[in-house]
Amino acid sequence: MFTFIVRRFFSALISIVLASMLVFSALLAVPGDPAEIILGLNASPEALAALREKLGLTVPAPQRYLNWLTGIVRGDLGESLNYQKDVSELIIDRLAVSVPLALGAALIACFIALPLGILAALKRNTFLDPLVTAISQVGAAIPSFWLGLMLILFFAVELRWLPAGGYVPWERDPLGTLRSLLLPIIALGLGQAAVMTRMTRASMIEVLNQDYIRTAKAKGLSGRRVVMIHGLRNALVTLITILGLSLTNVFIGSIIIEQVFALPGLGRLALIAIGTRDFPLLQGEILVYAGTIVFLSFLVDISYGFLDPTIRYA
Amino acid sequence: MALRQRFNLMAGTLMIGLVAFGAILSFVWLPHDPNALDFSSQLSGPSRSYWLGTDHFGRDLFSRLLVGARGTLYVGFIAVGIALGIGGAIGAVAGFLGSIADEVLMRIIDVLYAFPAILMALLLAAIFQPGTLTAMSAIGLATVPIFARLTRSSVLTIKARDYVEAGRALGAGHARLLTRHILPGALSPLIVQSSLSLAVAVLAEAALSFLGLGTPPDVPSWGNMLREAQGFLIMSPYPALVPGFAIMLTVLGWSLLGDGLRDALDPRTRRS
Repeated sequence: MFTFIVRRFFSALISIVLASMLVFSALLAVPGDPAEIILGLNASPEALAALREKLGLTVPAPQRYLNWLTGIVRGDLGESLNYQKDVSELIIDRLAVSVPLALGAALIACFIALPLGILAALKRNTFLDPLVTAISQVGAAIPSFWLGLMLILFFAVELRWLPAGGYVPWERDPLGTLRSLLLPIIALGLGQAAVMTRMTRASMIEVLNQDYIRTAKAKGLSGRRVVMIHGLRNALVTLITILGLSLTNVFIGSIIIEQVFALPGLGRLALIAIGTRDFPLLQGEILVYAGTIVFLSFLVDISYGFLDPTIRYA
Repeated sequence: MALRQRFNLMAGTLMIGLVAFGAILSFVWLPHDPNALDFSSQLSGPSRSYWLGTDHFGRDLFSRLLVGARGTLYVGFIAVGIALGIGGAIGAVAGFLGSIADEVLMRIIDVLYAFPAILMALLLAAIFQPGTLTAMSAIGLATVPIFARLTRSSVLTIKARDYVEAGRALGAGHARLLTRHILPGALSPLIVQSSLSLAVAVLAEAALSFLGLGTPPDVPSWGNMLREAQGFLIMSPYPALVPGFAIMLTVLGWSLLGDGLRDALDPRTRRS
């Protein structure tokens, strides 16, 4: 198992390094002089020279990349031009919004999708299966940001139960934070629940069609035991993948939802960085997003190894 | 084919047909100029003059919806075309050649997995400025890994078949084996995936336009319409309802069509 983890870890590490190369070289491809783009054409030569120095543009690109990479290892992502603060500090601040949002949405999605998907698979020959399938198909087609607007319309504008947007920091009023995150979490979680329900149903059906399930039934095990011990346990490998995938989806989906509900999270910071041409901030942000995705898929791989020995020894 | 599977195919075709009809219709007929301002009927509900109501500038929502359908289909097709072209080619070469070429190409593809459409759009928007082209490329590039993996696995299965061996024994070269014997067999999963990816592309395009990273604000698009509607939700729900339903219908249409095509083309799902 140890060798398996080490192998996967290095594979993930290589992916992150390649991703960092992609991010770095993409911003290298920005046409023109970055200092001029940021300061405008009327900037004085002294100001341009100072900014070039600050951005590290005076050293060759490969050297700059290495400097950036060694900085990342130390947790230093550079300094934001717009905020005049450490990029890592800005990102950590915003994670207090984005992480609860994504985790809450994934949690809601799991709570809805797992029971519904399993139920639909078990009741294949009743009206329940087509009903769940139809609902999840329509649910997956609803854009989360539109659902967000509809939730605002109903719960904030009509009923006035919850705020239409904005954010109250945890340290000021935890209940207020939860109230401001509730609608965004639902908007993000419901769509994901729909996608997950379909996947759970499909993987459960596949497992239930296996010979060992028929054997388990034939030797007289109770329906519940067959489902819980033989069905669910074998479906777990696929379910873990689905969970990993949905965590990635909600983390990326939060970029849009934060915009709908005016939440000061990581996604809104990225959009501000685009608007203000804050390249160091954007570079850091995109790498954090991509790194998180790679890390999540690493975790999924590792859990495979725990759940399925054939994967571990392959 | 079972009734439910036929239903998917028919419902999907009908929905996409409706959207395509709206897009084509917008070239020959529109009830109003989609950009004409009418300050006497801002944010009005459906009426005889404005069938689906108006937005905050008094612009006709129905006309804007029809024009928006063009962009939705156009961006979707180009994005999936990019993904199919690049992903298909990489997957085919990796699967066919195997060994180091396979390792290297699939490693590159793995890295692309870490950049979903929105992330790719942020990256491209920094280089080229936000716009339709940027959005299309971002969605296309982010979809490349799916097509690459799919093509690779089909090619790996098919290249081991006897008729490919027979072709090789008869002296067919790499290019001929790949294009004449292997790729035609890999086509049906790609067709199904194209339809399913179009559903994702429509959602992504709307999301990017909503964020201001897609279609420019002066061109009517469903994502833009939703973004503009956000500020006037309290006064009228129609500017948000209309494009939202249209996006939902299109996404649902592509995914039903994809499911239906899979059932029609893949005998295994037909049997179950």
